[in-house]
Amino acid sequence: MSILVNKDTRVLVQGITGKEGSFHTKQSLEYGTKVVAGVTPGKGGTTWEGKVPVFNTVADAVKAEGASAALIFVPPPFSADAVLEAADAGVAVIVCITEGIPARDEARVKAAIKANGARLIGPNCPGIITPGECKMGIMPGYIHKQGRVGVISRSGTLTYEAVWQLTESGLGETTCIGIGGDPVPGTSHVDALQLFNADPATEGVVLIGEIGGTSEEEAAAYIKANMKKPVVAFIAGQTAPPGRRMGHAGAIIAGGKGTAAEKMKALTEAGVVVVKSPTELGAAMMTALKA
Amino acid sequence: MKVHEYQAKEILQRYQVAVPKGKVAFSAEQAYAIAKELGGTVVVKAQIHAGGRGKGTFTDGFKGGVKLAKTADEAAEYAKKMLGNTLVTHQTGSAGKQVQKIYVTGASSIAKEYYLGIVLDRSKQMNVIMSSTEGGVEIEKVAAEAPEKILKTWIDPLLGIQPFHAREIAFGLGFTGEAFKECVKLVTALYKAHEETDSTLTEINPLILTEDGHVLALDAKMNFDDNALYRHQDIMEMRDFTEEDPLEVEASKFDLNYIKLDGSIGCMVNGAGLAMATMDVIKLEGGEPANFLDVGGGATTERVKNAFRILLSDKNVKAVLINIFGGIVRCDVIAEGVIAAAKEIGVNLPVVVRLQGTNVDKGKAMLTESGLKFAVADNLKQAAQMAVASVK
Repeated sequence: MSILVNKDTRVLVQGITGKEGSFHTKQSLEYGTKVVAGVTPGKGGTTWEGKVPVFNTVADAVKAEGASAALIFVPPPFSADAVLEAADAGVAVIVCITEGIPARDEARVKAAIKANGARLIGPNCPGIITPGECKMGIMPGYIHKQGRVGVISRSGTLTYEAVWQLTESGLGETTCIGIGGDPVPGTSHVDALQLFNADPATEGVVLIGEIGGTSEEEAAAYIKANMKKPVVAFIAGQTAPPGRRMGHAGAIIAGGKGTAAEKMKALTEAGVVVVKSPTELGAAMMTALKA
Repeated sequence: MKVHEYQAKEILQRYQVAVPKGKVAFSAEQAYAIAKELGGTVVVKAQIHAGGRGKGTFTDGFKGGVKLAKTADEAAEYAKKMLGNTLVTHQTGSAGKQVQKIYVTGASSIAKEYYLGIVLDRSKQMNVIMSSTEGGVEIEKVAAEAPEKILKTWIDPLLGIQPFHAREIAFGLGFTGEAFKECVKLVTALYKAHEETDSTLTEINPLILTEDGHVLALDAKMNFDDNALYRHQDIMEMRDFTEEDPLEVEASKFDLNYIKLDGSIGCMVNGAGLAMATMDVIKLEGGEPANFLDVGGGATTERVKNAFRILLSDKNVKAVLINIFGGIVRCDVIAEGVIAAAKEIGVNLPVVVRLQGTNVDKGKAMLTESGLKFAVADNLKQAAQMAVASVK
């Protein structure tokens, strides 16, 4: 089992003919993902690399190929439109990789798709992967291994670090979801926790957070009240100075709020095993699952 | 991106937000001319990217970055004392910030002070307008001590501000009559300015009621979403590079995400989250990170070279820790880039490298055999320990 994506997920790629889209489509296909369509306005009717049919609109791709999930690689000024188009066409899972989208656009898109019921992952994220079944994103496929632990993270390479430890230790992962580093993520820590809590194959969850916002505090409240599985967490930015945006648009301690210390405290009080170093995530999960 | 008070007011005026008349001055002569033109008592305000100016002290002992001047001569005198001088406030850190321009505005007779601020509520994923009758003091302090004195009004991003929102705020602040109407107008205009300029923080502290019954934005602070600057050329042009760390400005030219800190271990990492985590691990092992630096997923030779150059221009750096999770880019390609960059730049500090990912053994072997003094670590913990040991 897994959450959101699996071997039956039929993926369409928006921006398939661009440099990034093209490169990562290749990687996804090699991984075994069912990439059934591409969308590039104006290039409808052509075939990408002789393998994947390209359509002018998402609606056309959904109609012709039964695409159920969208992977977005379009530049920031056009990303909001791309997400809205996918949601309008009835795509259930939308993964937006793009970094650099204005927060105002993100807030409007989030509000607009709420009624529609589409699940947006990202933006500014590595994507989502169910090992051995479906890779929708820019993560290196080979570091993952089908297994027992769910991973939720606001970061890219830091997630790979955690995944690598889970894979090396033999625990493996059910699904890894990168929720992204922007201030208005489509999916929050709580949303992802709910899904993992309900997934019978997921035995424990690794939660990676970072400074800025209150997503981790909200996760702590959810865990305390509802979580049936052990959670191991790491919060990046314990040494980050206040008032500075640490790479990710959402990673900023503003008005003294959103510090790593507050988040670590809230999670610890909710019964989460909070590690001080990301190098301890794998071992801590191993211990948690034995207990 | 931050702007100065005079720039924020320039933007707000375009949206019909009422502010006192004023102009920016770069010299005492200009300050004199502006004060003469405004007539009467004026306020001379130091322009730096930090709050708490009024209560700040200059490094030469002169007190106050906001001064009331009764005559143009007095305004020129204050301008002379502030320009080129360094102002220390609770927001600047002990080093303070050099004042390069001042803002001269007409003085207002204040009957009452209020607070008005707009910011994104990340939890509700919509903007919130915060208003309070406790103006002129730090809002963080009010939030901590008397949160019931802050009225919060959330705005649906799809609908924008509605007249009832503005009325709720004006009533909440206790305005009546003509002043009520002016407040409604100002709040509506302020929200429109915030929204249309992609501001991430718009703060009026204080908003005032003058003795003759008008509502004015006496101070103004605006920060803008860096991700949205592409659609605001006019705001982008307001960027004041002299307010930023020169190394950070240099790094931004190469699309490197660099933030200078005070420690001795320079870090070069791919990915923002991993870069923050690397700083944390250095600290945990007893060292102090000299910076945050994200070289991006690719970590190409060119980027690594520029990153090295920037790290090494910080004289506090005594060792460098490179932490790259290869992922899709192969480790041997990264090793090649690191070696080429180190050779070209002539790095002679201890460099600890930790690589992970495809072809990791090949990459490590290349580093070891390069003839350069790289210390190659197997994992992040060991890498941090090695870097910390090398500076002790």
